[in-house]
Amino acid sequence: MSDTATSERVLETHFHSRTAEANYRNSWQDWKGYTTAGEYTAADLEYFAVRNAAGVFDLCPMTKYRITGAEALPYLDRLVTRDMTKVKPGRVAYAVWCNDAGKVIDDGTIFHLREGEYRLCSQERHLAWFLDAAVGFDVTVTEETDEVAALALQGPTSCAVLKEMGLTGIENLKPFGLDHFRFEGAELMVSRTGFTGDLGYELWIDPGHAELLWDRLFLAGKYLGVQPIGSHALDLCRIEAGFIQAGVDFLPADEVVRPGRARSPFELGLEWLVDFRKPNFNGRRALAAELRRGSTWRLVKLDIEGNKPAHHSYVYAGRRKQVGFVTSAAWSPVAKANVALATVQRPAGEPNSRLFAEIYYQREMHWSRMMAACQVVEKPFWDPPRRRATPPANY
Amino acid sequence: MTERTTRDVIVIGAGHNGLACAAYLARAGRDVLVLEAADEVGGGAATRSFAEGFRVSGCAHLLYQLQPEVAGELELAKFGLETAAADIATTALSPDGEHVVIHGSRLEGRVTERDREGLSDFHDRMMRFAKLLRPYLNRRPPLLVNNDATDKMTIGRLGLDIRRLGRAGMQEFLRLIAINIYDVLNEHLDTELVKGALALDAVLGTHLGPRSPNSLLTYIHRLTGETGGRPGAMALPKGGMGRVGEAFAGAARAAGVDIRCGRAVQHIRVENGRAVGVELAGGDTIAARTVVSNADPKTTVLDLLGPRHVETGFTRRIRNLRMRGNAAKLHLALDGLPDFSGVDRNALGGRLAIAPDMDYVERAFNPAKYGRWSAAPVIEITIPSVSDPSLAPAGRHVLSAVVQYAPSRLEGGWSEERAAAFGDLVIDTIAAYAPDLRKQIIASELLSPADIERIYRMGGGHWHHGELALDQFLFNRPAPGAVQYAMPVEGLYLCGAGTHPGGSITGAAGRNAATEILRREGNS
Repeated sequence: MSDTATSERVLETHFHSRTAEANYRNSWQDWKGYTTAGEYTAADLEYFAVRNAAGVFDLCPMTKYRITGAEALPYLDRLVTRDMTKVKPGRVAYAVWCNDAGKVIDDGTIFHLREGEYRLCSQERHLAWFLDAAVGFDVTVTEETDEVAALALQGPTSCAVLKEMGLTGIENLKPFGLDHFRFEGAELMVSRTGFTGDLGYELWIDPGHAELLWDRLFLAGKYLGVQPIGSHALDLCRIEAGFIQAGVDFLPADEVVRPGRARSPFELGLEWLVDFRKPNFNGRRALAAELRRGSTWRLVKLDIEGNKPAHHSYVYAGRRKQVGFVTSAAWSPVAKANVALATVQRPAGEPNSRLFAEIYYQREMHWSRMMAACQVVEKPFWDPPRRRATPPANY
Repeated sequence: MTERTTRDVIVIGAGHNGLACAAYLARAGRDVLVLEAADEVGGGAATRSFAEGFRVSGCAHLLYQLQPEVAGELELAKFGLETAAADIATTALSPDGEHVVIHGSRLEGRVTERDREGLSDFHDRMMRFAKLLRPYLNRRPPLLVNNDATDKMTIGRLGLDIRRLGRAGMQEFLRLIAINIYDVLNEHLDTELVKGALALDAVLGTHLGPRSPNSLLTYIHRLTGETGGRPGAMALPKGGMGRVGEAFAGAARAAGVDIRCGRAVQHIRVENGRAVGVELAGGDTIAARTVVSNADPKTTVLDLLGPRHVETGFTRRIRNLRMRGNAAKLHLALDGLPDFSGVDRNALGGRLAIAPDMDYVERAFNPAKYGRWSAAPVIEITIPSVSDPSLAPAGRHVLSAVVQYAPSRLEGGWSEERAAAFGDLVIDTIAAYAPDLRKQIIASELLSPADIERIYRMGGGHWHHGELALDQFLFNRPAPGAVQYAMPVEGLYLCGAGTHPGGSITGAAGRNAATEILRREGNS
């Protein structure tokens, strides 16, 4: 085997010894070059663990950047569309960043770790863009994906698990807050963030303490229903929460080839992330022009009749006029609803309007087709009060 | 000094394009202030005093692209523009003394009959294409994807002009537009000496060798100019190129422009996404509704404006602009007219070329690719004191040479010692054709690209503020997002050689920019 082939071997995360042991299904996926679990036991059970107890998800492969320097804040403010001056130390912000044409390159979370010190997490890799954006700023941008081990702990008992593990005061951490704790001689950063739309936390530690963290978490959660969860269960959770995913619900603007395939924040339902009151930011001029001219697309949440998931369905306004397509779909066990995220061409997709999804489904090899009525809904399909309660109830 | 602190327009840099732009804007009724960091106007259009009593064009030394529209409208002759020698010929120096004189399409010397016919044919073709492109120099370059009627007309007209060349002509145009001059000259000519001298014109001021793609386009671009009504002709300005700069300044002042030298702009000030004025070195600020930069695009965006005021993609394009200069300038003060073996006195008033064959030029380019200077450089020589005795004391002469290749990013960097060492090498190279030269030298200086960058504030020491190649030509110049002189930041414009139609002393960029500014900001 050539050296090249060897070097291209899929990597293992810092938790691999533990995830491999837990992976009864031997179900693996390649996530950004890392070996990650699709499901450990059964995706449904893992999903219900998140909704009724707590699930642990290995997020090491998430792309991470460390952004430091005297001008880290103005740098980020120019990079992303939202006002970063409002994100104080100890806070986390969801953000999108655009190209010059105001099209979304990616979304991600920005952690204000300490004064002037940030971590940016995203699905895709962007070092070249981030470095070019750094020209003219006193800022340092470094990739640190492999230097940080990260786990998500999501679900109603997650706070109780962390308390059991000895993280005193964790119950006071507010949504989108972060705090630092001591853990076996290391610093453990905990943020109240996640991709499930529920009460949950993300834990960040140096790789040397990764396995110990995993073990302690499961020990503390022994009677609190903690289960490892794979990407299948997480995907269902994020659709219920109405979270969009790069490469699925929109394509990174720097990857599309055909004109008109990239999306602006306005076209992804993220207008609340665009702040024209702050100084220049990437895409500002184009977005201002789009605001005047009107956007082309709209991302909508659909509540669909019946129980057949509308995977890849065309969306119609009326019976004949095709206006868009579904990008993510699922039967939501917790909402007892047939839900989907879809992209439709404006003016279709007004809140509470009615659309149709053309659903193809298979029964014993034979295909059937139905035009299912859909309601455009504004709220996430799953948005429990415990997601925001501080301190959370002790489940 | 009390100074008014609000102007209609501030032009950064009193290069000839900045002055042209200022003059046109002032004529349209604008209150225009030009701020120049140096102590003299003209920028690269400069006359330099480098030894007691000896003066020489410090940067460009030949006029061949000054737009007659600009010269006429600004009445540059009234403000001192005068040619000392018009329509000069080129003497291609041969190591064996069998020099060839090239004058337009005519050849004198030891050449073949095929050379004579070939040059005439080559010259006709090139002039035809140059004539096609010529009108577009004085127009705003069109955006390709745009609904603007003017742009559509320009694109349509360009298409039509190419179509009018006829089937064969159109095919030839499309074949030649991105080709290298090496292959084309071999198609037409026999004599290496002639080909070498023609190749020199294609690569002068660029980071190209004769075999580089695009090197024919630079040759055609050069021919789009004219002097004294003769297309493609070259002239020596009286008093050196500084006189040209002064003529532009004179025209600007007459139009009411306020020109201040020794006032370096530190920053372009931006408020709410709009340029609102400048901050000078020392901290003074001057407000203006419109800011125009005659600096090169890199300096303007990366240093004066600051990337934070524009987008990352735009910053990326500006940073990637190819603008690495390769030309050094040698100035010699001589106690007499140098004796080039086999060259008559008359020819010394024209242009001498040291580029004995195309491979010589290509080999001279090779080391430049790797950050080293040519061991046997390509040299364009003028002795302007032959036609203009005012440049040197009586009986004495001044020699001006453009020397390639001297890469701006020299391995290990440029220093005074290294510039002097390269100067020595250049003098030796010239002395091979004029054996007594060294004895005649009273004083000498070599301006490296680093010196040119410092003195004339040209990024990378690049004479054209950016390679003139297809990827940075017409609707790609300097880069998408700033093609029509307007920058992404409202109220900020470019007017220098970095914009269409590019480098050399033309005045066209300044004139086009002024037209565009008046169109966009309204004729108040």
